[in-house]
Amino acid sequence: MGTSVSVKDLTLQFGAITVLDKLNLDIGDGEFLVLLGSSGCGKSTLLNCIAGLLEPTDGQIFIKNRNVTWEEPKDRGIGMVFQSYALYPQMTVEKNLSFGLRIAGTPADEIARRVARAAEILQIGPLLKRKPAALSGGQRQRVAIGRALVRDVDVFLFDEPLSNLDAKLRSELRVEIKRLHQNLKNTMIYVTHDQIEALTLADRIAIMRNGVIQQLDDPMTIYNQPKNLYVAGFIGSPAMNFFKGEIVSSNGKQVFVCNGVEFSLDGYRATSGLTVGQKVVLGVRPEHIFVDETRDSGEFHDAVVDIEEPMGADNLLWLKHVGHVLSVRIAGNRRYQPGSHVRLSFDMSLASIFDQESELRI
Amino acid sequence: MAAVELSGAGPRGPRPKRTFSGRNIMIYGTLFVAAVYYALPLYVMIVTSLKGMPEIRMGNIFSPPMEITFEPWVKAWAQACTGLNCDGLSRGFMNSVIITVPSVIISIAVASVNGYTLANWKFKGADAFFTILIVGAFIPYQIMLYPMVIILRQIGLYGELSGLILVHTVFGMPVLTLLFRNYFTSLPEELFKAGRVDGAGFWNIYFRIMLPISLPIFVVAMILQITGIWNDFLFGVVFTKPDTYPMTVQLNNIVNSVQGVKEYNVNMAATLITGLVPLFVYFVSGKLFVRGIAAGAVKG
Amino acid sequence: MSSVNARPKSAVFKNLSAKIAAVPMILTAMVVFLGGTIWTIVYSFTNSKLLPRLNFVGFDQFERLWSSARWITSVENLAIYGALSLVFSLVVGFLLAVLMDQKIRFENTLRTIFLYPFALSFIVTGLVWQWLLNPELGLQNIVRSLGFTNFTFDPLYDANIVIYGVLIAGLWQGTGLIMVLMLAGLRGIDEEIWRAARVDGIPTWKTYVFIIIPMLRPVFITTLVLIGAGIIKVYDLIVAQTGGGPGGASEVPAKYVYDFMFGAQNLGQGFAASTMMLITVIIIIIPWAFMEFSQRRSR
Repeated sequence: MGTSVSVKDLTLQFGAITVLDKLNLDIGDGEFLVLLGSSGCGKSTLLNCIAGLLEPTDGQIFIKNRNVTWEEPKDRGIGMVFQSYALYPQMTVEKNLSFGLRIAGTPADEIARRVARAAEILQIGPLLKRKPAALSGGQRQRVAIGRALVRDVDVFLFDEPLSNLDAKLRSELRVEIKRLHQNLKNTMIYVTHDQIEALTLADRIAIMRNGVIQQLDDPMTIYNQPKNLYVAGFIGSPAMNFFKGEIVSSNGKQVFVCNGVEFSLDGYRATSGLTVGQKVVLGVRPEHIFVDETRDSGEFHDAVVDIEEPMGADNLLWLKHVGHVLSVRIAGNRRYQPGSHVRLSFDMSLASIFDQESELRI
Repeated sequence: MAAVELSGAGPRGPRPKRTFSGRNIMIYGTLFVAAVYYALPLYVMIVTSLKGMPEIRMGNIFSPPMEITFEPWVKAWAQACTGLNCDGLSRGFMNSVIITVPSVIISIAVASVNGYTLANWKFKGADAFFTILIVGAFIPYQIMLYPMVIILRQIGLYGELSGLILVHTVFGMPVLTLLFRNYFTSLPEELFKAGRVDGAGFWNIYFRIMLPISLPIFVVAMILQITGIWNDFLFGVVFTKPDTYPMTVQLNNIVNSVQGVKEYNVNMAATLITGLVPLFVYFVSGKLFVRGIAAGAVKG
Repeated sequence: MSSVNARPKSAVFKNLSAKIAAVPMILTAMVVFLGGTIWTIVYSFTNSKLLPRLNFVGFDQFERLWSSARWITSVENLAIYGALSLVFSLVVGFLLAVLMDQKIRFENTLRTIFLYPFALSFIVTGLVWQWLLNPELGLQNIVRSLGFTNFTFDPLYDANIVIYGVLIAGLWQGTGLIMVLMLAGLRGIDEEIWRAARVDGIPTWKTYVFIIIPMLRPVFITTLVLIGAGIIKVYDLIVAQTGGGPGGASEVPAKYVYDFMFGAQNLGQGFAASTMMLITVIIIIIPWAFMEFSQRRSR
């Protein structure tokens, strides 16, 4: 599989602020890559640079092995879908789809063919004669995608396309976009701040922060092996539980100590990287902590229940332990009174330990 | 996945731009030419008013004065003749001030109460009266001029400055009322309701709740009215006598009714003096002025 | 007026303070605007001279009006001035706004320069341009001294082009406002529309023509109404710049009304002329109002 889009040492500075910092990224042919991060991390900026709508201060951009750093957006072989759809309000859907092609001088029958194809794939045929004001949010977004489709390009760029929709529409269209990718097999670069969208849609996710890519991996790797504290805390809902403490030697073994309480590290995958006396943060996901259950490790912690959040299928239990607040996911039919004492056990094989200084995973 | 080789050659970074690109030249060039068109008259006004007559007769209106003299200004202010009076524009200036200040205050006071009433206190027919008011803003003043004269004569104010103040209040009502009505409608209804719940009545709510938070719109209205009333000519010329001429009317007389030699420098000085007040308001208020005009212009 | 009684007061006393406060507005609307207009229209059918007299003469005043060369010239002038003013104001105002929207430096300075004429009285504007267009010492003289000795441009003394001299002055004063309104409209356009057009490969000028201008329709209409309302009333400018001359060539209806009403002691003619002005305004406003309100209802 060749490389479809490549970004080399991309830097962008607005005055004194560095928005993108020597970014390097290679996206494969037909890959669905998600740029994920919170506001201001630079993900939209990166997308706009790839599109050619923003000029970088330094660096290069390649699309299909062609250096497009100085090319206009229309010559880069890209199609783009915007957050606010950006449909031309005074034109019908059909005109919206065909306008760019007509300006480019595409012959009329070719235009008709492409519009028909897009209409069929996105099921917007009956909407062709309507104007954007007469469409629902979901329909508008489909037309926006259609406008990119008719351009017959290799790479599709999505700039937070679902952020303006309500929750129900969002999940519907999410599935449609995934289906679209499976059918068309084009390279798609997708910007979002929603980790659910990232996890469900992506072949790989690039988590960004302050203009730097924190981790570039497939969703499961990011979920199970976050490279640093930021990624670990960003992905996963509810968030990972963190405990600040240090590594201590006890009975010849390395253990994690937090506020005087020892946590056994049996089962942890990377004990070789730990040193005694190292200040670390232990991270365990809510579903990897067990309440009042018999486990092989045999080690139990006593904790107090603070609040429970029953959500139907699950019950989210908030507990206090070793001076930290943690959340644990248990089956929905198990209920606990606030203030009751429970016994916790931790699955260390799926835990993460981060150095407090570097915040890197060990 | 094979990555692409970083070729040292090849385009990188921002596209090469020339500051003097054709696009920039066209944009700044056109804007510059336009700016000259707009700024030139002011420049000529100033320059002419500072020259002596011999220099003016030499013919180049664009050249700066070789010898600056303020005599035309003095003459315009204190010695120019209108009809029988030869005490210059100072008379008209005083008149304009006497006309403008009360007119602004009264017209804004009345219109703000109107806007407040229309926004919060609906009563039968209120909207109908308002519509007539608005339509009145489009009707040419000419058709209501003579009836206004008759009304003023009946109440004995024709030719007096107070009569003109009344006229400005009446004819300023439509636009100002619309301005205030739109503003008060945009305020959250809860404010008004809270006042009612607290037992406050019509005037209490107006003075204690609405006014304190309406400073922006009052400023806008003031700017509109000060410039509009100061610059008015039609009402000034219909409803006053030579003694009570506002500055604009006097200016026109000084320049256009003079027999004999035209003193262009005095004329331009007079013109400048007349324009100074609204110009001052404009330069001081800057963006607020723009917002005010736009607000007054965005009608239903 | 908070009432604790359960018994409803009569309708007249409801919101009494509000009604009292609205008296000035009601009086103005009914007496001055409605009453005054009707009064003038009625009296335009009389032969009042110095004082208004209820001596009905049918359409006499109107016949005399329309057979008067001076009135015909006024109307022609207004039509020419109006049409050209409208077109040039919109075009110049829009173009300036487009240029100002290009993220240029000096935006505030330029806006101040374009808009300051609007703060001036029409009298000031008229007098300044009268001076600038002075044939011996003004523009014509300057251009001639640059070598174009045959250059002729003296609108103030040439009956054929005097209305264009007035037009230049009027545009100078009014286009700044139009530019400001258009610029506000342009700035209200979503940035993403521009991006979408760029990705689609639509050249900038075509984006303006086919996408942006249609989106600005409300702004254009508001501007049109504004300009239109101002054109009918044009009076001060003429009085100051040309005095109606040369030889009555720059007469306008508003001046005709004033001159006959207060100058020539012919109230009847003045009334008839102002009635004609009203009719013109109604003819223009009604289609627009119709469009606006029927659109509202269908939304």
